[in-house]
Amino acid sequence: MADKPWVAFYWCASCGGCEEAVVDIAEKILDVVEAVNIGFWPVALDFKREDVESRPDGFFVASFVNGAVRTSEQEEMVKLLRKKSRLIFAFGSCSHLGGIPGLANLYSREEIFDYVYRKSPSTENPGETLPAENSRENGNELHLPEFYDRVYSLDQVIPVDYYIPGCAPPPDIVMNALEALLEGKLPDKGAVLSPNKALCSTCPLNETKPEKLLIRELKRPHEFQADPEKCFLTQGLLCMGPATRTGCGERCIRAGMPCRGCFGPLDNALDQGLSMLSALASILDFTPQEKEELERVLGACPDPAGTLYRFSLPSSILKGKRRL
Amino acid sequence: MERISINPITRLEGHGNIEIFLDEAGNVSRAYLQIPELRGFEKFAQGRPAEEMPRITPRICGVCPTAHHMASVKCLDALFQVQPPPAARKIRELFYNMFMFEDHLLHFYYLGGPDFIVGPKAPKAERNILGVIGKVGLEIARDLISTRKAVRELMTEIGGKVIHPVFGLPGGISKPLSPEIIARLKEVGKKALDFARFTLKAFHEIVLSNPQYLELITSPAYFLKTNYMGLVDEKNRVSFYDGEVRIVDVDGKEMGRFSGLDYLEYIAEHVEPWTYIKFPYLRKLGWKGFVDGEETSIYRVAPLARLNAADGMKTPLAQEEYERFFETLGGKPVHHTLAYHWARVIEALQAAERMVELSSDEEISSPDVRNLSLKTPREGVGIVEAPRGTLIHHYKTDERGIIQEANLIVATVANAASMNMNIDRVAKATIKEGRVDEDILNLVEMAFRAYDPCFACATHSLPGGFPIKIKIFTRRGKKIKELSNL
Repeated sequence: MADKPWVAFYWCASCGGCEEAVVDIAEKILDVVEAVNIGFWPVALDFKREDVESRPDGFFVASFVNGAVRTSEQEEMVKLLRKKSRLIFAFGSCSHLGGIPGLANLYSREEIFDYVYRKSPSTENPGETLPAENSRENGNELHLPEFYDRVYSLDQVIPVDYYIPGCAPPPDIVMNALEALLEGKLPDKGAVLSPNKALCSTCPLNETKPEKLLIRELKRPHEFQADPEKCFLTQGLLCMGPATRTGCGERCIRAGMPCRGCFGPLDNALDQGLSMLSALASILDFTPQEKEELERVLGACPDPAGTLYRFSLPSSILKGKRRL
Repeated sequence: MERISINPITRLEGHGNIEIFLDEAGNVSRAYLQIPELRGFEKFAQGRPAEEMPRITPRICGVCPTAHHMASVKCLDALFQVQPPPAARKIRELFYNMFMFEDHLLHFYYLGGPDFIVGPKAPKAERNILGVIGKVGLEIARDLISTRKAVRELMTEIGGKVIHPVFGLPGGISKPLSPEIIARLKEVGKKALDFARFTLKAFHEIVLSNPQYLELITSPAYFLKTNYMGLVDEKNRVSFYDGEVRIVDVDGKEMGRFSGLDYLEYIAEHVEPWTYIKFPYLRKLGWKGFVDGEETSIYRVAPLARLNAADGMKTPLAQEEYERFFETLGGKPVHHTLAYHWARVIEALQAAERMVELSSDEEISSPDVRNLSLKTPREGVGIVEAPRGTLIHHYKTDERGIIQEANLIVATVANAASMNMNIDRVAKATIKEGRVDEDILNLVEMAFRAYDPCFACATHSLPGGFPIKIKIFTRRGKKIKELSNL
């Protein structure tokens, strides 16, 4: 017990899918439990904040943090874990890039509160009550953590050493990361722990893609029956494959649906959405004189922010909606 | 005044926190369950293309992503006014029953079950999945793991990902089933049914034949008289994938039924300043506060509520057990919170029976899985029964199908007020004149586990214990007592 290294798991603004992903490594979880002591995992084990606080700095060999950061409580916890851990692994898309909850950056905190607690059609709130950091009810004082104006990826709050991509990360990616940690075979710091190649390069439909892919039409997934055996981009269906890192096992594509980019950008890319825009620019086959026609075609991508940045808005160059 | 904090306790949408306040005499004045997190899906859905919602909303909950995916897909059917072809409808329902089966049974064995199978008074170190294995045998544990794995692997192949499926589209699904998948579905269906039957038998032998357990289930600390809500089919039988929502009152009388947009006539949500979660209640009765009994406007959802709201089960074996359930517990409706566990096993049996029925239905092999005759979208509502209760997705769009407004009534949220009341009741029963009964830990745990609040631990805790630490401080912040269940 004493010799085994200590690790911690923590969740921030997340859905619980990453916790499932840990358990989905199935029987191999027993090997992990054999090799390490888990010193903090609120979902499964009863260690509290003070159990982490009382440890010396650098006590944990590694902490695995999933979820984006949205509240003061989450920020405090990850800062504490950073101090107590030699390595921090951002686990899953939300922690890596901001994830789907990061699309909330398209709206302000006030806009979110206003809709959720006042305007949504089922809400009955004649007194205009809003959740508050401090409230008093029958003399009882209650506190809530502060809800920040935007969502942050983990590395915008603390330095991160490694990234485990995916929403949720598939079992082999999780297991490879754990094995690399336990066997001391981790790559250089800052690495995303999946191959640095575009999804297209491993896609089972790649061989149906012509050498020079050119399209003159974009379609939305509900408008037609895509051929599940043929490259989706060649059919005019927006697929994030060219701008997304591989390692996911192409599970969505095998189920007949295009990629939405949960593994994030490749190492050399500044921004996943820009990479995809640049890919689109090279495959949309229009001359400068066909501007109007091109604009009509782009109408089939009515939500560039929510599509090209589905998983990466908080970590993108834009970070969210800019209020000028 | 003293304050007792239990933190962290739950995952509804994020973490959870219980605060218990004592009055001057040291009795409980009020206990609160706080949810300290909000992510704002309803707001940031605005501006997204409707057809992407089934790939966005599952992130509300990674424990029951299939429920959100399906509610969202059904909402798109309504929005685009399209009926999926019979094969697609059946494949969706089959997929949904696979999810219901694995989610329910996992909860039963890993989390809720240990209290009963191993025993509420058993040493804490044994009240976990390992204790369950000791009691039911290693062979069964292997069966559980392999059945769950087989079901989840098939769900991955059909749905894309088991955590956050992607295959649903308005008017159908993305891809037909291959003969190889259908053959495996049949096999897994049989395996699931065997396992569900075994589980029910074990529940009878271990729990129901023990008068002490029955006494616990029917004890006053776990009694909560509320209204109930659940989906029913055309014969008023429990239905998970579709049907009409039926509401029964505290006496079990039907007080309303609805589908689609009419949900707004029946459900409203109340806001409190001390938590980020909202509290749904029956709109026609008005918000009456955190009260149960004749006056209450609070409704409960999930297994017990579904059985109370229906007239029976959809499948024969589950129906037999449904009758036994109400006979044993004194007729309808059953208000005992701990009866959720039994109801959950009955539902798992129905899910397995449906898996067998649907996987041998010739129609699921049809290549016709999409209806493309969509109409101009405006507004739609999709309703399913998530494992944890009635789940409603409601979208309004412009004519291009871009979301203008989204409203979501999430299952666990519907039970939030009841969980608050149950905790308050248990706290009042166990804390008297400043004396804190050590049993409070286990009693609070059990009140919680019954609801299977949507938190990852509920289905996947390792080693299966429900971690709680309670610290009691004086007003000046001096710790006077610490209790832990580890």
